[in-house]
Amino acid sequence: MVESGISSTLEAIAEHPKEFVPTIITAACVTICGGTGCRVYGSEDVCQAFRRELSRLNLDGKVDISVKTTGCHGFCEQGPLVVIRPQEIMYAHVRPKDVSEIITKTIFGDEVVERLLYTDPHTGKAILKETEVPFYKHQKRVILDLNGLIDPFDIDEYIEAGGYNALEIVLNERSPEEVIDEIKHSGLRGRGGAGFPTGIKWELCRRQPDHVKYIICNADEGDPGAYMDRSIMEGNPHRVLEGMIIGAYAIGARQGYVYIRNEYPLAVSHLRQAMDQARDRGFLGKNILNSGFDLNISIKLGSGAFVCGEETALMASIEGRIGEPRPRPPYPSESGLWGHPTNINNVKSWASIPIIIKRGADWFAKIGTEHSKGTMIFSLVGNICNTGLVEVPLGISMRELIFDIGGGIPNGKRFKAAQVGGPSGGCIPAECLDVKIDYDSLTSLGAIMGSGGLVVADEDTCMVDFARYFMDFTQEESCGKCVPCRVGTKAMLATLERICAGQGRAGDIEYLEELGQEIKKSSLCGLGQTAPNPVLSTLRYFRDEYEAHIYADTCPAKVCKGLITYSVIPQKCTGCMVCLRNCPVSAISGAKKEIHFIDADKCNRCGTCMSLCKFDAIVVN
Amino acid sequence: MIRLTINGTDFAVAEGRTILEVCRENGIDVPTLCYHPALKPYGACRLCVVEILGDQRPSRLVASCTYPCQEGIRVKTHSRVVIKNRRLTAELLLAGAYETPDIVALATELGVKEPRYKLPKADSCVLCGLCVRACHEIVGISAISMTNRGISKQVSTPYSGASASCIACGTCVLLCPTGRLSLSDVSGPHLTKHSFTHYRPFYCQLCDDTAQIPSNGRSGTG
Repeated sequence: MVESGISSTLEAIAEHPKEFVPTIITAACVTICGGTGCRVYGSEDVCQAFRRELSRLNLDGKVDISVKTTGCHGFCEQGPLVVIRPQEIMYAHVRPKDVSEIITKTIFGDEVVERLLYTDPHTGKAILKETEVPFYKHQKRVILDLNGLIDPFDIDEYIEAGGYNALEIVLNERSPEEVIDEIKHSGLRGRGGAGFPTGIKWELCRRQPDHVKYIICNADEGDPGAYMDRSIMEGNPHRVLEGMIIGAYAIGARQGYVYIRNEYPLAVSHLRQAMDQARDRGFLGKNILNSGFDLNISIKLGSGAFVCGEETALMASIEGRIGEPRPRPPYPSESGLWGHPTNINNVKSWASIPIIIKRGADWFAKIGTEHSKGTMIFSLVGNICNTGLVEVPLGISMRELIFDIGGGIPNGKRFKAAQVGGPSGGCIPAECLDVKIDYDSLTSLGAIMGSGGLVVADEDTCMVDFARYFMDFTQEESCGKCVPCRVGTKAMLATLERICAGQGRAGDIEYLEELGQEIKKSSLCGLGQTAPNPVLSTLRYFRDEYEAHIYADTCPAKVCKGLITYSVIPQKCTGCMVCLRNCPVSAISGAKKEIHFIDADKCNRCGTCMSLCKFDAIVVN
Repeated sequence: MIRLTINGTDFAVAEGRTILEVCRENGIDVPTLCYHPALKPYGACRLCVVEILGDQRPSRLVASCTYPCQEGIRVKTHSRVVIKNRRLTAELLLAGAYETPDIVALATELGVKEPRYKLPKADSCVLCGLCVRACHEIVGISAISMTNRGISKQVSTPYSGASASCIACGTCVLLCPTGRLSLSDVSGPHLTKHSFTHYRPFYCQLCDDTAQIPSNGRSGTG
């Protein structure tokens, strides 16, 4: 698999040791996105088609063309993605039938297959290079930089791109205290959501007198629509491992765990493979790089409980107990796994470590705002044009993230709100779009940074229903240990369901507010303490919608089934019978060429009639 | 020694004591449900919350049963914030146990009469965990444990059958504040038949010689 292109990359690195960005591979190299999104779209078939086609042409060995599956490129909306290097030509929505054309035109010729290029919907222009696509152009890819370049199954590619170099620097040149100082100086804050300074956390753990210490990588990503950690582990597992090894050295741990969901089979297999390779090369195990430092890392599979992302519940789960949080203090840095000092960090935090060591804390601290340094990875989902994984410097505005990178809202709809921080976060309304994304400003808006999930809602979204969805999630995922979270979230959900069903009562809003505030104050763990956020923030910015549901019996976005009715506009109805025939509950009466009628009592508000009517004769009120 | 103030009074206590322990020793009333002096604190019912100020963080509520005394903190056990929060917690507790006498009494004491939200079951287990923890920590058997999560969480034996390890000591039943736990459900009829029902426990004359143990093994005085 090693290309001459990669050796030139090596030379480039040797010439510019400070530059960690891998230079472009010079020989023809086809990189196919192997992220879960593109796999679902069929990227594996595309990869096979490339291999088959190249071997059919009997070129194996004669021409220097490599085909490789990489980690997630990020632009999931356009999958399967194929990038032809060195030209960096990006093809979107590639199918196996397009492969032979790409090979003959782009790889052997100097032609471009125009129909496969990404077209900017705003300008209508086809864009040739990956780096010029607006989705990528406005990003700053620091953690994800290698995701689209290297084969995650091949440790050599990571090493050739400068991987494990930071580990060598640390083991040969730095004392653990120096490493901690560097991390503190970089200003890195925990990327799991709470934003606690990573260097300080490490120092607290290092200072404990206990000689047995543990480190844990929290890869229990469970927010709806979030897949940042998953993509890092799938696309570049070695960087996470390298960060963990450096962290273990700095903290003084000899055993580490990666707590990862069993629902991420690809990430688990990539990580397993990466660990085996790292052991073979002496980066992991006994006497790492002849430094005398030992570290073993084990994988612990979680069973998909959201609450196990909470650090004390996660440790209970590793110990084999029920995944229930316990009160803090004592904090894990004092008494964690089996009572020993333990340091838990998120995948993104660990993956940032080698970069900070390699490029220096000063470089890292230049990115971001005064109190929030570095980059943050978001998964943009919901009503947004460019669904995908983006990495941006902290301090970027929500508007840039959603409109410049995300491409705005599809179908010409208006932006209504963005839910930041997953089910524990809050919504940011349109009037706050210019706010800078950093830990403190998001908190002041009633949201949290969270782990990076970002769900966008357009004008057709009912914010009461939106809040109900997230409440349903946290209620379902509550471990049930403490009363406020177990019963309180259920009470909030029941109230929201009543409001959405058109049975809201005066006093419901006040009850929700009271519940929300008190649950936040008294819940045992972070799940309960943040669970009311979606409701409280929608109440803060969209109170009028709640009031419309309760007092005016209307759902302004026309979503809540208990508050809407479908009816026929007599002037437009042609009596074509399409709606009548397709209504699943036979609520529509009428005859051919006669105006139809919808019986509101029978109608189950499924909307089939409205979506099928070619004459826009059905209206929802 | 650690110095702190509780409701304006200074205290000096040994390191490692919880706020609740200090309150109890000094006659400061803090309501509890899941706390038992013989068991490790659990922090689940949240009725024992107190307000903490003066540790360089904003004022906040913590569960006094689990929170260790810390140097210089000011504790308020009955501030307006605390009372309001306890009331809501009691109301939520009552939501699934509004026909359970002990829980109703506890809620009434905190000023809650009727819950605004009610769960389908009027006398369900409140998941204080006393039974599970006693079985694990005191009896050393772990015949029962918590299963499921969230609102479906319950105390159960393995696979909801008779627990093979149960010795029918009845500790769980004696500790239960709701009376939901039945010994025969835990141990199965074979054990209760041959041991517990034929076994008349002695009880301490010093503590309560009037206590009557009803046939289900539950203490009449709670």
